[in-house]
Amino acid sequence: MNSITAIEKEITEEFELFDEWSEKYQYIIELGQKLPVLAEKYKIEENKIKGCQSSVWLNSYEKDGRIFFEADSDSTFVKGEIALLIRVLSGQKPEYIVKTDLKFIDEIGLRQHIAVTRANGLANMIKQMKLYALGFQNQEHK
Amino acid sequence: MENIPETVLSSDLNIQIIRNDFPILSQKAYNKPLIYFDNAATSQKPQVVIDALINYYSGYNANIHRGVHFLSQKASQAFDDVRVKVQKFVNAKSEREIIFTRGTTESINLVASSYGRKNISEGDEIIISAMEHHSNIVPWQMLCEEKKAVLKVIPMNDNGELFLDEFEKLLSPKTKFISLVHISNSLGTINPVKEIIKIVRKYSLSLGEGRGVVPIPIMVDGAQSAVHIPIDVQDLDCDFFGFSGHKMFGPTGVGCLYGKLNLLEAMPPYQGGGEMISSVSFEKTTYNEVPFKFEAGTPNIADVIALGNAFDYIQSLERRKIFEYEHELMQYATDELKKIDGIKLIGTAKEKASIVSFIIEGVNALDAGMYLDTLGIAVRTGHHCTEPVMTCFNISGTIRASFLFYNTKEEIDVMIEGVKQAIKLLR
Repeated sequence: MNSITAIEKEITEEFELFDEWSEKYQYIIELGQKLPVLAEKYKIEENKIKGCQSSVWLNSYEKDGRIFFEADSDSTFVKGEIALLIRVLSGQKPEYIVKTDLKFIDEIGLRQHIAVTRANGLANMIKQMKLYALGFQNQEHK
Repeated sequence: MENIPETVLSSDLNIQIIRNDFPILSQKAYNKPLIYFDNAATSQKPQVVIDALINYYSGYNANIHRGVHFLSQKASQAFDDVRVKVQKFVNAKSEREIIFTRGTTESINLVASSYGRKNISEGDEIIISAMEHHSNIVPWQMLCEEKKAVLKVIPMNDNGELFLDEFEKLLSPKTKFISLVHISNSLGTINPVKEIIKIVRKYSLSLGEGRGVVPIPIMVDGAQSAVHIPIDVQDLDCDFFGFSGHKMFGPTGVGCLYGKLNLLEAMPPYQGGGEMISSVSFEKTTYNEVPFKFEAGTPNIADVIALGNAFDYIQSLERRKIFEYEHELMQYATDELKKIDGIKLIGTAKEKASIVSFIIEGVNALDAGMYLDTLGIAVRTGHHCTEPVMTCFNISGTIRASFLFYNTKEEIDVMIEGVKQAIKLLR
């Protein structure tokens, strides 16, 4: 498992291939279309993160001291963003998830499009991922 | 759209010349010509409005009405002139019936808070419609909650038209206020407010108005209508009319409330502070309580003055031709969208303004809106602050393109092509 920083660097390099917002958009849509399906049993109200224009369902679990995420959305673009976040955060140790500031979002020029979002619930999703990791971390320390 | 061919010139309007009045329209978005179809959210500003702001701040910025110096006189005069312009724009009887607010939302809140708190009591009923913007729902809900009053809603049909017979059934001696949207921001429906007001007046008379029965006050939310159709508050016979400057070429942060003088005079102030009544008579010594008792604090001087230029700008255009042209754009977009498989139009009223709302089967509205954005096309997606409308149509949101006279059919063609591409990519 590569470190969060290493994966972020990979993603940033991938996005350096794109000059235009339209290319980034299409790439994220592709990622969204490829995102593994989230089992219906997890698409429940407790897992729902409501955005103003789209919703996200996030399921998290722990295995061998690492946190794993899987998620879905009604928006393919948001699913693409989810795919990026999962690639960076899923399978990492909780203490690293809690303290990362996900610089890649700025570096690949997505911040302005995520900022629409109240809109897409992604900001809330990141918060939720960190909260889960924090909750697990605190449990461990007890 | 640098070169507009003759074919888009409708009814002798020269759109290219008009577009030159709006500096923002010539810019590019992601290296593509900007296509601005988010006019129902806010309109772009002509150079004369932008200049008015610069001229005010660089030439005669001063606090108004109580300053006895050169700059204040100039600023006060410019500010006061605008109230007269608004009066003429909506054909109010007196300039004292015009109150400057931050926009439609504040205009509605002012009435709900001032008129409502004084006159609404437990068990009273307030009527709104199923297609209201949240701004014309929440202030009344808050009032109802506080006063234990009841909010009644006029239902609409699948085209997005109000059921007038259902409305008549809602009227009762308990009805103490009615607030209705003139043009729906999410459906484009132009509501027959004049007809509705006539129904209400007739109903009040049947109850014995003039024999101790108070006529039911009616407020019209003109946020979308003021820019599209001529407003005549006397002809409508509404009691209150609220609208926003920024949706009609003015700056953000300024709007107006028209209210019948007798009602305004009987209403308590909305906010305290500032010296609402001047003891220094400057150029207008006859100021009464109204409208100043509703304008606490230093007003939004610069934006009000620039709004005045927006009125001048609108009045300089031939409004009938403008309306026809905007209608033509709406009809063209509607026809072209209908040709695409899987498009469903939301809001198909007979009387419509230049707002087109639609959904694409199997394509998320946000995804489609973002795709159009990559092409430099600005549309709006989501529920447009009318969640109950979306619930009514059992959808979570729409894609909305809203046009003003500076838009063209060529721009619509680009959007239609974009929608087709979005379907290919996203479905």
